[in-house]
Amino acid sequence: MEFPRREAPYISPEVSVQSLMLQVLAALVPAAMAHVWFFGPGFILNLLVAAVFAAAAESLMLSLRSRKPETGLTDYSALVTAALLAFALPSLTPWWVTATGALFAIIVAKHLYGGLGFNIFNPAMAGYVVILVAFPMHLNLWVAPRMGDLDYQQLTILQTLYFTLTGALPDGIAFDAISRATPLDVMKSGLNNAKTAAEIRAIPIMGDFGGRGWEWIGNFLAIGGFWLMIKKIIRWQIPVGVGLGLLIPATIMYMIDPGSQASPGFHLFGGATILCAFFIATDPVSAATSPKGRLIYGIGIGVLIFCIRRWGSYADGVAFAVLLMNMTVPAIDYFTRPHIIGHADKGSRHG
Amino acid sequence: MSAPTYDLGTLHGGLRLPANKAASTSQPIFEAPIPKQLMLPITQHVGDPAQPVVGIGEHVLKGQLIAEPGQSLGAPIHASSSGTVIAIEAWPVSRRNGDNAPCIVIECDGKDEAIRSSDKQVDFTSLAPAELLSEILKGGIVGLGGAVFPTAQKLMQARTCEIDHLLLNGVECESYISCDDMLMRERAGEIVSGAQILMHALQISVCFIAIESDKPDAIRAIGDVLGEIQDDRIVLKQVPTIYPSGGEDQLVQLVTNREVPSGGLPSDVGCLVQNVGTAAAIHDWIINDEPLISRVTTVTGDGVVNPINVRARVGTTIADLVALAGGYTESAKQLIVGGPMTGKSITTDRVPLVKATNCILVSGETPDPGPEMPCIRCGDCASVCPVQLLPQQLFWYARADNEVKLREFGLMDCIECGCCDLVCPSHIPLTADFCVAKGRIQELEDEKARAVRARQRFEARNDRLERDKEQRDTELSQQKESAKQAGPSAIAEILRRKKLEKKDKD
Repeated sequence: MEFPRREAPYISPEVSVQSLMLQVLAALVPAAMAHVWFFGPGFILNLLVAAVFAAAAESLMLSLRSRKPETGLTDYSALVTAALLAFALPSLTPWWVTATGALFAIIVAKHLYGGLGFNIFNPAMAGYVVILVAFPMHLNLWVAPRMGDLDYQQLTILQTLYFTLTGALPDGIAFDAISRATPLDVMKSGLNNAKTAAEIRAIPIMGDFGGRGWEWIGNFLAIGGFWLMIKKIIRWQIPVGVGLGLLIPATIMYMIDPGSQASPGFHLFGGATILCAFFIATDPVSAATSPKGRLIYGIGIGVLIFCIRRWGSYADGVAFAVLLMNMTVPAIDYFTRPHIIGHADKGSRHG
Repeated sequence: MSAPTYDLGTLHGGLRLPANKAASTSQPIFEAPIPKQLMLPITQHVGDPAQPVVGIGEHVLKGQLIAEPGQSLGAPIHASSSGTVIAIEAWPVSRRNGDNAPCIVIECDGKDEAIRSSDKQVDFTSLAPAELLSEILKGGIVGLGGAVFPTAQKLMQARTCEIDHLLLNGVECESYISCDDMLMRERAGEIVSGAQILMHALQISVCFIAIESDKPDAIRAIGDVLGEIQDDRIVLKQVPTIYPSGGEDQLVQLVTNREVPSGGLPSDVGCLVQNVGTAAAIHDWIINDEPLISRVTTVTGDGVVNPINVRARVGTTIADLVALAGGYTESAKQLIVGGPMTGKSITTDRVPLVKATNCILVSGETPDPGPEMPCIRCGDCASVCPVQLLPQQLFWYARADNEVKLREFGLMDCIECGCCDLVCPSHIPLTADFCVAKGRIQELEDEKARAVRARQRFEARNDRLERDKEQRDTELSQQKESAKQAGPSAIAEILRRKKLEKKDKD
């Protein structure tokens, strides 16, 4: 009997880029639902706008680069970028703001560097920083979280859509009635105005740890993140690194002077820390690849987040921390190469 | 029964592969009948091809020497049954390069008449190690784990190093393959006896028999024998069931916690590794006077009706062995010699079973994993690499043809186990890329060596021409000088002589 010739191995891999990306998206679903619950339907609109522009940019760039658009679109990586961007934006964001971030993320941060697998910077964070620079006022418009004992006015989906399309609120609704400073802003301005941390914490929006609503989204993100870890889609080193890098300096500072410092718990559950630890810093393309390198990379991000929050002029520092650490990845990878079995480079283990 | 001890070292990475061994281990080893014809390739080992010492039409007996080892590295080949040599011709074989190789074809007479040497020394302990080694050389014994390195030469090389550990490899970590497992279950005594012969040949007193933890029957069988013979030099070691713990260097690391140096051999760290099948073959030759003319092989996969382990004569065709396993099923789409990770796909079942053939895997089509995507640097390949390489970096350097970086990142240490291929979400054929890159580096090296030789030749030629010219110049000036001194008549004489010489030449 005759047979065709094939190359080993004769077993096919069961994993694929598509399934990895889809599982990352699935892990974001609980937190997305919490986001909608606490901050209204704006998240869905932002996600739609980001997804449409990211997908359009992806197809455009792929066809400009003479690649098949369908292979790039079906890997769902652009959708993950869009989702992360949507998580970073306030639920009330005009569409052109979101679109600018998505387009910059995909066109400049991703495809001008060679597309999937070659981008040095995390596309979602690059897009976010462009928004931060170009439309700073839009990032301060966070609606108040839905909490029973807080006075708030929740926008309907139509009112939210109106804002997303026009950038203005429907007649009769004022920003002051619906928006609140974010817990990180409250903490920052409070401390700058010589309030004690304990006084600030007593403000209702500060919640138990990281702010009403925010901490719950954080919890759901953490659940999704742990699920990804169990599925071995992400490894423990980066989330643990981010946590350690942030908590160690935060704890030391808090122990020295609890009056003028935010608590470590606030740092961990406030802002985008959890999102960063499990979903942003773990983007494999722009992160370090060796286990030791990933730990260093994560710690670097954590420390930078703390430094920016504590001494910087921005309330949160996740995007800058990630982009700054992206720059160090080649060096981290180079210096954390594992010992090759049989090479005498790191001391002989023969015995 | 001596209690099995657990592994000392650890292996980085590796994969837990589906075993797929239950079907082929459900029945005892099947004895294959004598085939009508035997096709015996003269290259069944690493090294030079063996030289046939029989002529066409000659009658040979089972166990008779039919091809002698080549000049340097090699092993002899013996007739697997009695019969007549009808041809020495090219025949399809399952080798890495090229499809056909010279084979000695024997038409069997069915009598299976064996040759017996009378002066055979049975008590090996009375032989000096060197004598024992030259005996082993005559048996045509090669490594049966698949590498088919001539065993005697491996032992001789090891004797030049300070060896303190003999490791018998009963790990068999690839999916589907179960011939060593069955051999350990059924012929544990012979394997242990082979170990004792090897220890005497090497003059060492520590032997570990390493068996994967998922082979309880084999562990029990070997343990029982060890309990009976009370030879406390031999210790059974269980190693974790993880692919590729049966690789030679990986096994050394697992059992002794020593790292085989890059580009080196286990003997560099005091170890000699032999497959359990090789140990049994040594026993058969030294004690029972039967050279290596048969082996146990696994015939398995979805493509055969009744997966079995079969002890067959070397030279039996794979088609015959598949027929013994009930023939092909409808899903037979690929014929693989070896396991699903490192085996070699062959195009025809007319190829003969050789000393290296540990498994004949008939499988369905490998499912198409989909198109190759860009590397997303997830690092899963690095986390499964047993040598702790960074395949994601090597892949970049391989595609960029960066020889310096490839070497620095250990390309030459890649054992081609295929673990990285199996975990790659982008479906990049990493191992195949690395094989190509290794080939290119080898070519480059050969080219460099050729260039050096060519330059040396060129320089030598220039030197020679220079010397010749100098010599001619001095001779000429000497002649001129002497002619001047001798005066015009002498010059006329010289010219006349030159003319004559020229005429003679014409």
